[in-house]
Amino acid sequence: MPETMIDIADLWKNFGALAVLRGISLRVERGSVVAIIGPSGSGKSTLLRCVNLLEDPDRGRIRVGGREMRFGAGLRSRHSDRELSAFRAATGMVFQHFNLFPHMTAIGNVMAGPSIVKRMARHEAAEIARALLAKVGLADKADSYPSQLSGGQRQRVAIARALAMNPSVMLCDEVTSALDPELVGEVLAVIEQLAEEGMTMIIVTHEVAFAHEVADLVAFMSDGVIVESGPPGQVLEHPENPHTRAFLARFHRFMGSFPGPG
Amino acid sequence: MTGTRYAWDFSFLWSYRGLILTGLGVTIAYTIGTILLGLVVGLVTGLLRLWKNVLVTAPLVAYVEIFRCTPLLVQIVWFYYALPVVLGIDIPAHVAATLVLSLYTGAFYAEIIRGGVASIERGQWDAARAIGMRRAQVMRHVVLPQAIKRMIPPFMNQSIIQLKNTSLVSTIAVADLLYQGTIITAATYRPLEVYTMVAVIYFFVLFPLTLAAQHVERRLARSD
Repeated sequence: MPETMIDIADLWKNFGALAVLRGISLRVERGSVVAIIGPSGSGKSTLLRCVNLLEDPDRGRIRVGGREMRFGAGLRSRHSDRELSAFRAATGMVFQHFNLFPHMTAIGNVMAGPSIVKRMARHEAAEIARALLAKVGLADKADSYPSQLSGGQRQRVAIARALAMNPSVMLCDEVTSALDPELVGEVLAVIEQLAEEGMTMIIVTHEVAFAHEVADLVAFMSDGVIVESGPPGQVLEHPENPHTRAFLARFHRFMGSFPGPG
Repeated sequence: MTGTRYAWDFSFLWSYRGLILTGLGVTIAYTIGTILLGLVVGLVTGLLRLWKNVLVTAPLVAYVEIFRCTPLLVQIVWFYYALPVVLGIDIPAHVAATLVLSLYTGAFYAEIIRGGVASIERGQWDAARAIGMRRAQVMRHVVLPQAIKRMIPPFMNQSIIQLKNTSLVSTIAVADLLYQGTIITAATYRPLEVYTMVAVIYFFVLFPLTLAAQHVERRLARSD
């Protein structure tokens, strides 16, 4: 039986009066890739941020690897800074806007986790960072500052930075949405390579074709709920939920494979 | 005009050079001393202002706004004349002067520091937290190095203004450059020459500093 790497159970999150997540449950097996698609404002990014505890869920349970966090009434006593940091350290995250540290070079960014969080010796951290930069095809950009890199290069450094913590899972939040079209491919290639190497990932994406190719499971979110999930061939080609159909109808490469809504 | 053109004569000032230099020394000492003390006050206030707890921030906001929104001259007079009455203790002029100048500039520094830290995008916090950094580590390794760069130009401007602000302590008989000017005026009845000289000295101290500040500002802007 496959091992569940990420287990999200009945997760709720409100921003003020706005219910952003309304009882999300999702399991991700070790080594599998789950793609979350859905319209803007459906709660995809918030879900991902909750898995990494960058947002504090109102209710529910999140387990990543062997660490579990519970949220809800009676458990409102906030988790300590130390607990949260330890949890996040094991969960890699890549952001839409890269969020590289502009005052550090590419290698400095990648080294930040090992040297500051893990307190690894500098030369050791540098060795790891160099290997990871090579892995994402940027060995020659180690000493460049983020401002000297293209969007695609920045995002690849950001991926290397997340990998440097040797995370058990990776969370990718619309990692190509801020990129010029011609730079999307180089980033997706790195993500695809990670998937092939067996990295457990949740990917929030607008790249439906990419989701189809790389994901083992596609979940469609709408209004804070996963309305439909299943293998990509099923959800993307033969969606059953009307919201999923309406959403996918906008991606014309799939237009031929199923009738639009109405 | 009936031939009463004012005859400018600066030569008498030479005999007062000792007094003038002492005054300048006092001015510079107050400037540097209150900048350093103000920096401590501003650092503590500015960083505590980032706390989410209103019980912490409310008194600090009150302090900052009271000092920023009332005239420095009034603050000096109040600390020297009114506060001793309220507290029933004696406050020497130099203590009152140091206290007010430090608290005054500290209020401005606090805003510069708070604003600098707050100006760092949330994404920087997210990314640093996501790789497992503790709050203090994010501050030290990610936020402050970027924020300090943004704080330097306004900090330098505020500090330059502080040198001029110290002249107000002459009103409570602290023997700074301006105060010595009034002493010399009282002895010579030549206020035009004396105050012109005072202005020229302030200018020659401050002008190079403003040039240096501009230079630093340009260099920081380039390295962004």
